[in-house]
Formats: sequence, C-alpha cells, structure tokens
Amino acid sequence: MSGILSLTTYLPLAGVAAILIARGLTRDEAEAARSARWIALLATLATLALSVLIVAQFRPSVSGFQFSETLAWFGGLNYRMGVDGISVLFVLLTAFLMPLCVIGSWRSVTTRVVEYMIAFLVLETLVIGVFCALDLLVFYLFFEGQLVPMFLIIGIWGGKNRVYAAFKFFLYTLLGSVLMLAAILAMISIAHTSSIPDLLTYHFAPGVQMWLWLAFFASFAVKLPMWPVHTWLPDAHVEAPTAGSVILAGILLKMGGYGFMRFSLPMFPDASHAFAPLVFALSVIAIVYTSLVAFRQDDMKKLIAYSSVAHMGFVTLGIFSGTLQGEQGALFQMLSHGVISGALFLCVGVVYDRMHTREIAFYGGLVSRMPIYAAVFMLFTMGNVGLPGTSGFVGEILTLTGTYGAATWPAIIAVTGVILSAVYALTLYRRVVFGQMANPALATITDLAGIEMLVFAPLIIGTLALGFHPAYVFNITDGAAAHLADAFRVAAQR
Amino acid sequence: MTPELVVTLIVFAPLLGALTAGLFGRLIGHRAAQTVTTSLLLLSAALSWLTFRQVFSGAWPHAFTLALAPFIHVGAFASDWSIRIDSLSAVMLVVVTTVSALVHIYSWGYMRTDPHRARFFAYLSLFTFAMLALVTAADFMQLFFGWEGVGLASYLLIGFWYEKPTANAAAIKAFVVNRVGDAGFALGIMTVFWAFGSIRFADIFPQIASHAHLAWRFGSGEFRLMDLACVLLFIGAMGKSAQFLLHTWLPDAMEGPTPVSALIHAATMVTAGVYMVCLLSPMFEAAPLAKALVTVVGAITCLFAATIGLAQNDIKRVIAYSTCSQLGYMFFAAGVGAYPAAMFHLFTHAFFKALLFLGAGSVIEAMHHEQDMRRMGGLWNKTPITYVVMLLGTLAITGVGIPGLDLGLAGFYSKDAIINSAFVASHGQPTAMFAFICGVLAAGLTSFYSWRLIFMTFHGRAKWGAPDHAHDHSHDPAQDDGHGHGHGLAPHESPWVMVGPLLVLAAGAVFAGGLFDDAFIGEGRAAFWGKALSATTSAGLLDQISHVPEWVVLSPLAVSLIGFAAAWYYYIAHEGLAARIASRKGLVWAFLYNKWYFDELYDAVFVRGAKALGDLFWKGGDKRLIDGFGPDGVSQTSYLVGRGVSRLQTGYVYHYAFVMLLGVAGLVSYALWAFR
Repeated sequence: MSGILSLTTYLPLAGVAAILIARGLTRDEAEAARSARWIALLATLATLALSVLIVAQFRPSVSGFQFSETLAWFGGLNYRMGVDGISVLFVLLTAFLMPLCVIGSWRSVTTRVVEYMIAFLVLETLVIGVFCALDLLVFYLFFEGQLVPMFLIIGIWGGKNRVYAAFKFFLYTLLGSVLMLAAILAMISIAHTSSIPDLLTYHFAPGVQMWLWLAFFASFAVKLPMWPVHTWLPDAHVEAPTAGSVILAGILLKMGGYGFMRFSLPMFPDASHAFAPLVFALSVIAIVYTSLVAFRQDDMKKLIAYSSVAHMGFVTLGIFSGTLQGEQGALFQMLSHGVISGALFLCVGVVYDRMHTREIAFYGGLVSRMPIYAAVFMLFTMGNVGLPGTSGFVGEILTLTGTYGAATWPAIIAVTGVILSAVYALTLYRRVVFGQMANPALATITDLAGIEMLVFAPLIIGTLALGFHPAYVFNITDGAAAHLADAFRVAAQR
Repeated sequence: MTPELVVTLIVFAPLLGALTAGLFGRLIGHRAAQTVTTSLLLLSAALSWLTFRQVFSGAWPHAFTLALAPFIHVGAFASDWSIRIDSLSAVMLVVVTTVSALVHIYSWGYMRTDPHRARFFAYLSLFTFAMLALVTAADFMQLFFGWEGVGLASYLLIGFWYEKPTANAAAIKAFVVNRVGDAGFALGIMTVFWAFGSIRFADIFPQIASHAHLAWRFGSGEFRLMDLACVLLFIGAMGKSAQFLLHTWLPDAMEGPTPVSALIHAATMVTAGVYMVCLLSPMFEAAPLAKALVTVVGAITCLFAATIGLAQNDIKRVIAYSTCSQLGYMFFAAGVGAYPAAMFHLFTHAFFKALLFLGAGSVIEAMHHEQDMRRMGGLWNKTPITYVVMLLGTLAITGVGIPGLDLGLAGFYSKDAIINSAFVASHGQPTAMFAFICGVLAAGLTSFYSWRLIFMTFHGRAKWGAPDHAHDHSHDPAQDDGHGHGHGLAPHESPWVMVGPLLVLAAGAVFAGGLFDDAFIGEGRAAFWGKALSATTSAGLLDQISHVPEWVVLSPLAVSLIGFAAAWYYYIAHEGLAARIASRKGLVWAFLYNKWYFDELYDAVFVRGAKALGDLFWKGGDKRLIDGFGPDGVSQTSYLVGRGVSRLQTGYVYHYAFVMLLGVAGLVSYALWAFR
C-alpha cells in the first residue's frame, strides 16, 4: 500500500489538470463550467474512495505511523508521509467534506466556476498534505500553502467586506507562521533532523521546550482559533462563500488542534504541562466569552462562527488535560464539529441562496413553508447544543470529564458553555424557523431541493452514527490517544 | 417470549412508532400515524404490566441487565446501551407506558383538528422512548441520554404550536433551565467517574462503603466525595423535577397541548429526578449533607409551590404548581431516607395528576379553549363525567381517607406515609422536622387550591355564554392558544375517546393506593423492592410509621378539612369574595399571584445579565480592544489600509505568497546549511 498517501494527496491535482484541459478544449463558458463541476466531483469522490480505503486498511493496534513513504529530496532533505491514529481520520474528514462542498456549490456558484473548482481541489491537496506530512519542511509547505487558495476563495467569491476579512486573516496568520518558522529552524538546528517521527523521540531540554512550545502555540492558537486571537474568524466566515465556510470551520480550524497533538504535546511535553494552566484559562474564557457574544449576533454566520470558537475551547481543554478521556474527546470533538459546523453553514447557505441575506431578523416562520429544512436544521442545532445521541455530545462530555480529572475549576466553568450553547443555538433556531412568517418576501420560499438533500444526507448519517456509536472513531484513535496521555503523565511526574 | 425479547419490545416499540409517524407521517396520513403509534404504545404498556407481574411473581429474575451495544468506551469511562430491569425500573415502566398509552388515546380526541397531529404523535412516542431509555439505564451515560432526550421531547412539545411566541419562549426556557440542572448532573457524573473509576451502577454501588470517607480537593476547598457527587447529581434532579430555584420553567410549560402536560409535565418526566435519587439511594445514603439538602429543597418546594397555586387563575397553572408541590413531597421523602414512600407517591401521583390534567383538558375543550377559571363555573351538569372524575382526582390528591379503617383514595396512603416518615425521621434531625411541618401545612394549602379549582370550574354561577360574557381581554394572552373564543356554543362533554382514558385513570386514582400499599411500603416491601432501593434508613422509618402519635396521623386530615372549608367559604358561600380580594391587589396576593417574582428576578439577573455581558464582550472586547489594538490598530499605521477592493486579488494574496516564499526559501537555505 506504499504510495497511497501521496496518491490521495495529489489526486485532486490531477483533477485540476483535467479541468484545465477541458477548459482548453472549449470556448463555451457554460460548457467549461459544467465540465469543471463534474471533474471536480469525480476527483473529490475518487479521493474519498482512497481515504476510505486507507481507513479500512489502517491497523489501530500498530503503534507509530503507517503507509509510510520516504523519498530523498535534495540536499539531505527527505519527503516523508505517513498517518497514525491522530491524523488518519482527518484525512477522511477532509475527503468526506470536499465532495459535499462541490455539490453544495453546484448551483450557488455561477461566476468563475473553473477557477473556483481549481481552488477547492488545490486546497484539498494541501490540506490532506498537512495531515500526512511527516517532515517539518513538507508540513510547513502544506500548512502555509493552503492559505493561498483560501484567500482566493474568500477574496474572489466572497461578500462585500472581503478586503477587510482577508486582511485580518493575513495579519493574524502572518504573526503565527513567522514564529512557527523560527521554531522549526531552531528544532532542526538542535536535533539535526526534520523528520517528525525522529523528533517525536527526541527529548528537547525543558528550557528550550518552553520557547518552541510558545512559538508553535502562536501559530496553532491563531488557526484554531483561541481567545483572544479569534476575531479574524467571524469576519472570514461572513465573507466566505458557503463552501468556503464549510471547509474553514470543518477542516482548517482543526489543523490547530492537530498541531497541538502532533507537535506541542508529544514533542514538548514538559512545556505542555507547564503551560496547561494558561491554555485552560484561555479555553474557559473562550467558551464563556464567545458563547455570550454568539448570543448577541444578528448575522447567522457570525453566530455560528462564534459558537465554533467556543467549541474549540473544549478541544484545547481536552488536549491539555493530558488524560485519555481528554485526548479522545478532543479528537472526537474536532471530527464531530467538522461535520456539524459544516452542516450548519450549509443550513445558512440554503436560505442565503434563496434570499441573499444572512440577517436573522429577516427570517422567521420558515417551518410553515420548509418543514424538511426545519427538521434538518433542528438536528444540527441539537448537535451544536451537544444533545446526547448526536456526535456533539460525546466530544463535550469526554473533554469535560478529562478536564475535570486534571483541573476541576476549569471544567466547572466550562460546563456553563453547555448551558449557553442551548441559549444561543435555540434562540437562533426560534428566530429563523419558528414563529409566524411575518416577512412577505418569504412567502414563496421553497423547501430543500433534491440536490440539497443529497448534501445533507451524509452529514445527518455522520452526526447520528457517531452520536450513537462513537466506537467507530475510538477504535481507530485509541492507541494514539493513550500514547499522548502517557507522554503527558510522564512529563507531569517529572 | 423470553424476558429479553419482552423488555426490548417495551423500549423500542415507541421508537418504532415515533420514527414511522415522524418520517413517514406525511406519506401515510394522520390516521395511520396515530394508529401505528398508539397500537405500539398499547403493546409496550401490555408488556410492561407483564414484566411487572413476572418480576414480582418470581417467574423472571428479580433483576437483570440486557446489554445491547457499546456506547462510549474510553478507558474506564465505559457505557453500554442496555436495558436494566429491577423492581424500580419495572414500576417506572408500568407508570410511563400506561400513562403514555392513555394519553395517546386521549389525543385522538383532543388533537383531532390539529393539522400537525402526525408530528404530535411522533413526539409523544419519541418522548416515551427516551423516558424508557432513562429508566432502564445501567450506567450514567445512558441515564444522561434519556435525561436529555426527554428534555428534547419536552422542548418540542411545549413549542408544538410554533406560531405562538409564548410557546416558543416557554420551550426555550424549559430547555435552558433544564440545562442548568444538567450541567450539575454532568459534573456529578464526572465526580463519580474520577472517584470510582467507572460510570456503571453495578460497579459503583458495591464500592460505596470503601469510598464514603474519601475527599475531593480542588481550588482551596476539600469536599466529602459522596456529598459533592450527590449534591451535583441532585442539581440535575432539581432541574428536571422543577424544584425550588429551578422551578420556573414548569408553569410556562403549560403552553404545550394539555395531553403533553399530563404525560410529561405531571406523570412521568418531571418525576425523573425523584427516580434518580431513589435509583442512586445507596450513594445518597452515604452522603448526609446531600440528603439534608434534598430534604430541605423538597420541603421548601412543597410549601412554596402550594402558596403560588392559591392565587392562580389559569386552570392548568394551578395543576402545574400542584405538581411542583407534590414533587417536593417525593423529594423530602427521599431526603429523609423513605425511598419506598417517595416511589409510592410517584406511582399514585402519576394516576391522579394525569387524571387532573386530562380532566382539565376536557374542561378546556368543553369551554372552547378557555383556560381562565374566572370565566367558568357551573359546569358540573354540562360535563358530568369530567366533573365526577375530577372530583375523584381531587379527593385523591388531598389524601382523603379514614385513618382508623386505613381506607382511602390513592393519595391518602402515599402522602400520609411521607408525612409520617418525616415525623419519624425528625428525632434528632431538624431538617426532617422542617419537612414535616412544611408537609402538613402544604397539605392544607393543597386542599384549598384543589377545591378552589373544583368550585370555580364546576360550581357557582356560570360565567360563560351569558350576556355579561363580554369579558375583558386583559388576561395573559399566553392563555389563548390561538384557537379563538367560540363562546357562542354551550359547553359539552368530551367524546368517548377522551372520556375513556379519564375513567381508567380515575380507577387508578381511587384504587392504586389501597392495592399497592402493602407491596410498596408495607409488610411486602422487602420482597417487592429487593435490592433496588437502599433499605439502610427506610427499613426503620417505615416500620415505625404506623406507630406515630395520633395527632400526627390526624393533622394532615385536619388541615385538609380546614382547606376545604376555606375554599367553600370563599368560592361557594361568598362567591365573589375572592375576586374582590384579588381586585384590591394587596401585597400578599400580588406576591403569590406573581409567583414570588422569580421570573422578574431571573430576567433581571440572568437574561439581561447575559445580554449585557454579550454586548460588552462583543463591542467592547472584540471590536474595541482586540481589533482596536490588533489588526485594525496595525492597519491604521500601515500603508496597507485604504487600498481599493480591486487590489485584493493582486495585492494581499501575492504579498502573502511572497512572504511565505521568502520563508520557505529561508528555511530551505537554512536546512541545506544545517545538513551540509
């Protein structure tokens, strides 16, 4: 099976090539757009098939990395790929959401379709690359590279204030990546290797760990995002097209949490332990603060974006609790949030496509004309609230349990997030879906079309399947999560 | 049929009904959806009674657990989907499925003109499934699943008439207040997990003795582990069972259709908190502080809710506060350790309170959706069957019986057992004495508000239909349910499909006490409960309740008579006197009528507080501080600002890509140097 990771990673690029060829073969814009859509769909579906194969072939009992590939690159540098229990499901999540984005944009994106599909395919390659890369240099390339297509997606297909949003995104991310770059340089010069598997067994001196940890933290905290470097996210979401928001919330945020689990915790365990109180503090502030802010939003997307920040607060709590329940919960929460927040942004997209506004006050009483939409939106609202039976619950209860064992006060404060999520999510739902339909503009609004149901169906199944049978995830992540918790415990005892 | 198959059918038949009606309701039509859900519920109820009989006759094992599938397994945090049957869950199965089946049937009549009744039946069945999952849980995660599942169903059903703003507000309020309780519940589960290394009841209970003395440290405090865990868990029970401080959602929940009030907000869901405390009785027995808290909160609630019930005019709200108050009785019974008495009252209460609610629904139907008792009166001969069953329900809730002969209606046995238990426990236990006093006083108030309801509704001058009916619409619009007032028509008795369930429940309200007295709290209780309830305290208590002094036995009866006499004086003998008192808007009256101003207090502190904080964090924190000093501040001093939109695609992206390339170039050069 060697080479399957690279094949999966670069398959979307083959799609890009095919789109460009098809573009060259015709002069008809509509024709080119149609072929771009179909090629993008086929390429993302093929990538999904390969990812499913990878997960199916993945052996959870084996510790360390699987499907490893190593190629000598140049100048002593190596190109290394591989996955373990932490990363393999993120590859699947990415490949799972991408076809839904393509289908979701099928009708709603009508300008520059060829370029749009290319941007998404390039993004898919880079994101899968981030999760598979086992060399610092390769990782850095993918990690920073995916910002370019994301910029283009927001900048070209985005809303009115895209300049401001992109600029904010730029400033924050620049700060993070400069520091991370410096840390990577330092690591290579100290350990004389850029191989991630080697670095995982290298023990940095505690004093050095602190600086490296802080530098990586700057980058991942912006990405996740954590309070107080979260303010780029609501703006980016509001301006991004629907599929852009799905990818942003569903996958790009998770690269922050993934970074903590791939680098910070196992490579700098002493620093992670020392800085855990800082992370707890920022996390519980994020949970309470952004939940309250979410409650006051009058733009649907902003509300969901703020709720994402709160949900990521649970992830960081879980990771830095250093307990098995915390690590498993954090991984699960990231996967679950990928599905649920993606679905919520698609729910906003449904009414945005029809009415071209995301203002909550514009809507109301949709259930009378859109009963199926109301049911779908209700399910994902409940997922966002963390109702047992949806995947949202499992991650929350596990991260909280893990945190409670490590530090009781943060868990007690974070639990208020469970109350506040009900407040903002149900208020949003009520204002949009329930009540009387007072706005005459809504009188002709239509319920979900077949193509929209096609997008929601896998997300519904995912939310419920993971909610009732979370073992699908735990079976795969168990070994890696236990390993992380062990590393942390050893550091804590030092 | 094997026991395993029977119990599986009991739990999953309602789910099947819910899915059928919910997903295919439009396809198969209302009648088919109603038929499927109702017949599956009847099946579930029949099998529940079978289980009840088999478990207590010894034909089946007295306790068994059927594991179905894994749920959450992360290290020792292990939970399975399972069905745990013992005496306690068998009692709950019977209560839940019986009332639910009757409410399904009743709803054929009550909801017969509603355009969304397929959805209504789907929600009712979904609720029943969640409640059954709750009572058959073998570990804390499934318990929590059922706990929040019934909360979801309750939310959906309170807001069933989604066009009513008040119904939507009430639905959210119910969900959020319950979440406050659930947050405590979740923390309790976490405490239990870290203390016992398991969340399975079967693993935890045997370890209690060895863990009773352990402490949990956090912050600067140190807490007795069992007390901490049980107090946190009890906060969950307070939310679900609408106890003092977390009670505000229950009266508002009356916005839902009346069958919902009967099933969820009277007979079953709200008793889940009592069930939880009884289920966890081995833990509470090791937590004296938590037990004292349960006693005090229960006692306060039983008296406090009864006082509010005195002054309400909406027929459903009176019964809602009555429910709140009766739940308080159950809690202080559990708090003093008389778990069998708490469960007994839960059992009898389910019958007479469901009866009162469904009877009220019949009255509301008769009055064409009028709920204000001030506009009723003289209905007894218009709706004779409803009148008789409501009378029986009132006699049952006020605990009417003859102490000497030990003969009475349902409430007579269970409520007196609770009051007497509190008295027995009060030797050396001031909280139990407090509960005893509250319980006796509340019995008098119960009698007053219950008879007031009967008198205002069925007796006295008819205040409907007459020329003077041009009533003011000053009452709370929440009490209209959007169907308008059709007072041109005369009140009428409800159809048989509604009256039938009333008669069955009336039989329960009359006989459930006498028939099960011995098994629940009498000689047969040891055999009946087995190991399902802790007998540490209750054995001694219940042995002595038949030996309490005569004045203790007679006092509930005496205060009930006083309550009855007062109601008669104000509402029959001097009809209109109460209205005149109300119109003067005295301080006491206003305090009670406005429910001790809890809603106003919570609105000022929590709702407005959250809004103000949200605005502060958003506008002050995010916009002014973070963005002001962060990206916007930087931009003001930077040439980047002010560039046109058109520059974006060329400008920033390329800038960024350029910076990134510089970085990569630097990295590669450095790496080449490092590896040379």
